[in-house]
Amino acid sequence: MKASRFDSTVLTLCFAFLYIPILILIIYSFNASKLVTVWGGFSLEWYRVMWSNEGLMDAAWVTARVGVLSATIGTVLGTLAALALTRYPRFPGRMAFTGMIYAPLVMPEVITGLSLLLLFVAMNVERGFWTVTIAHTTFTMCYVAIIVQSRLVTFDRSLEEAALDLGCPPVKTFFKITLPLILPAIISGWMLAFTLSLDDLVIASFTTGPGATTLPIKIYSQVRLGVTPEINAICTILIGLVTIGVIFTSISTKRAETRRILDEHQAVRAAG
Amino acid sequence: MAKSLGPVKRKFSPWTDPAATPFIRFENITKRYGDFVAVDNLTLDIYEREFFSLLGPSGCGKTTLMRMLAGFEEPTEGRILLQGKDLSGTPPYKRPTNMMFQSYALFPHMTVEKNIAFGLEQDGLPKADIQARVEEMLRLVKLENFAKRKPAQLSGGQRQRVALARSLAKRPKVLLLDEPLGALDRKLREETQFELMDIQHTLGLTFLIVTHDQEEAMTVSDRIAVMDKGIVVQVATPAEIYEAPNSRYVAEFIGDINILECALVENAGECVHPGHPPVVHLESDGLKIAVEQECAAVVGDRVAFAIRPEKVRISLDQPPETGSNLAHGEVWDIGYLGDFSVFLVRLEDGRTIRAAQANVSRLVDRPITFGDMVWLSWPLDGGLVLTR
Repeated sequence: MKASRFDSTVLTLCFAFLYIPILILIIYSFNASKLVTVWGGFSLEWYRVMWSNEGLMDAAWVTARVGVLSATIGTVLGTLAALALTRYPRFPGRMAFTGMIYAPLVMPEVITGLSLLLLFVAMNVERGFWTVTIAHTTFTMCYVAIIVQSRLVTFDRSLEEAALDLGCPPVKTFFKITLPLILPAIISGWMLAFTLSLDDLVIASFTTGPGATTLPIKIYSQVRLGVTPEINAICTILIGLVTIGVIFTSISTKRAETRRILDEHQAVRAAG
Repeated sequence: MAKSLGPVKRKFSPWTDPAATPFIRFENITKRYGDFVAVDNLTLDIYEREFFSLLGPSGCGKTTLMRMLAGFEEPTEGRILLQGKDLSGTPPYKRPTNMMFQSYALFPHMTVEKNIAFGLEQDGLPKADIQARVEEMLRLVKLENFAKRKPAQLSGGQRQRVALARSLAKRPKVLLLDEPLGALDRKLREETQFELMDIQHTLGLTFLIVTHDQEEAMTVSDRIAVMDKGIVVQVATPAEIYEAPNSRYVAEFIGDINILECALVENAGECVHPGHPPVVHLESDGLKIAVEQECAAVVGDRVAFAIRPEKVRISLDQPPETGSNLAHGEVWDIGYLGDFSVFLVRLEDGRTIRAAQANVSRLVDRPITFGDMVWLSWPLDGGLVLTR
């Protein structure tokens, strides 16, 4: 089918709309000039400046640690929640619980952040690294729960029954059968949780304390004093990381798909 | 030298021996889900080395019954005994039963070999023993060359064999098969039925199969339990179920049958043929029918007369012989099935009777055709009286 002129125009405009701002940011991160809007030739100067900016590097380190920790705890809790929600189908109030899992997704971040802040204040917890981590765990957990739940809904329970039937006790069955099969969903849940934690500004700014400034907070506070090209540089690196992640996942999905098709061909040949 | 076909199928009927102890005993089993009664105070005995079928439409409780034996469901009331031992409270992973699932439930992330070895590994057998048993199972189901394949790389028939091998690997005391052949095409299904019987015979295990396919149940089983709405309607051998159903439900569920509403006019008990049961006389809207059968019903009772189409003879001329039942009608429709032709004959009062005739000669034009007036006849022992 030949693409019509209308289709290609719309497509071009959409992509331009999406990517021109990002492109400008990347281009200006290689700008030799100190002025953000004036091109002064190609240079990697700002990457060097960024690297030696201790405040920025500290913030990046905090963000990485918060991200890994909260994504990991959130994935464990979210997976357990998803299991509970799909596995005990007839407990009273199941619908309400399933709905409540979605609530943090639509809740304005300001409210989530504020309520967590109030909780920490009421409990008299000193705010810092751990409070941000806990806050991120609470909201990333919901995303993981939803991703894992959607996989579990299509999970064939007779696989577990078969394992039990063959003499495998329930806990072992979970680790030998269930977990390997839902692992792709858990991994993508973790990736999403990590990304969400990485770019959260609102909730982090409510729950953080001295010594635990995350990268988005740092960037935001620096931008208020004026955009410097080193911000462009660190943003470019973030974009690069995300792009690598996306390419990695899509390649592995594509590979799995190719393998599935090959398997089917083999099965057809075997049958014939 | 003639090729050996293996041992002749044994004459096997422990259920007729009052001294035989049942291998599996379902004792007053009731299973309720809320208000719904899936199994209703059911008692059933199954004997060792028996190939037993639970047959019924979906929702009749047959699968629930099997799942209770496997341990996936607990009975609400009653108990299940295996070799005299009460299974209540024993979890599925400690029961000496194995199940072949309808969906096969093969572990997609394991090879064929790993799937078959799974149960053996749970028992902590030495590696060499497991390997030997897996190879034996692969030979049994003729999949030696597929050991390293994943389930996704197999055809439906091969998956079914892997599922069978996996459930047999542990040599369970009872093998449970849940609609095992449902997903296979007809030809493969027939082949597999005979293979299943062979395997059961070779290994000497007790097989319990759940199916809604009456042909499958008839082919493979020693005995069949026909179920309806949580109760067992009849337990008997395939031949008894087919030739002597105890109710309209069983008669209509298994095979094709004509049923005529009748009034009982005479149950005098005189014998026409020495050694045969006494004759019962029925009348159905002017049609007089005589049946050789022991029957508890009395004169005036409403009963049903049932006869299989292949037991009704069809002819253009009035059959000369007496001592058989006769009806006259018009050929309304003909179904040509290749091996059989089924004639739908309309009697004068509008009712129809089906008669099946084996097509014994290679004629394309049959002598009897649409609109012909024909005679239907059947012997005194051709049909039967059903009182329920």
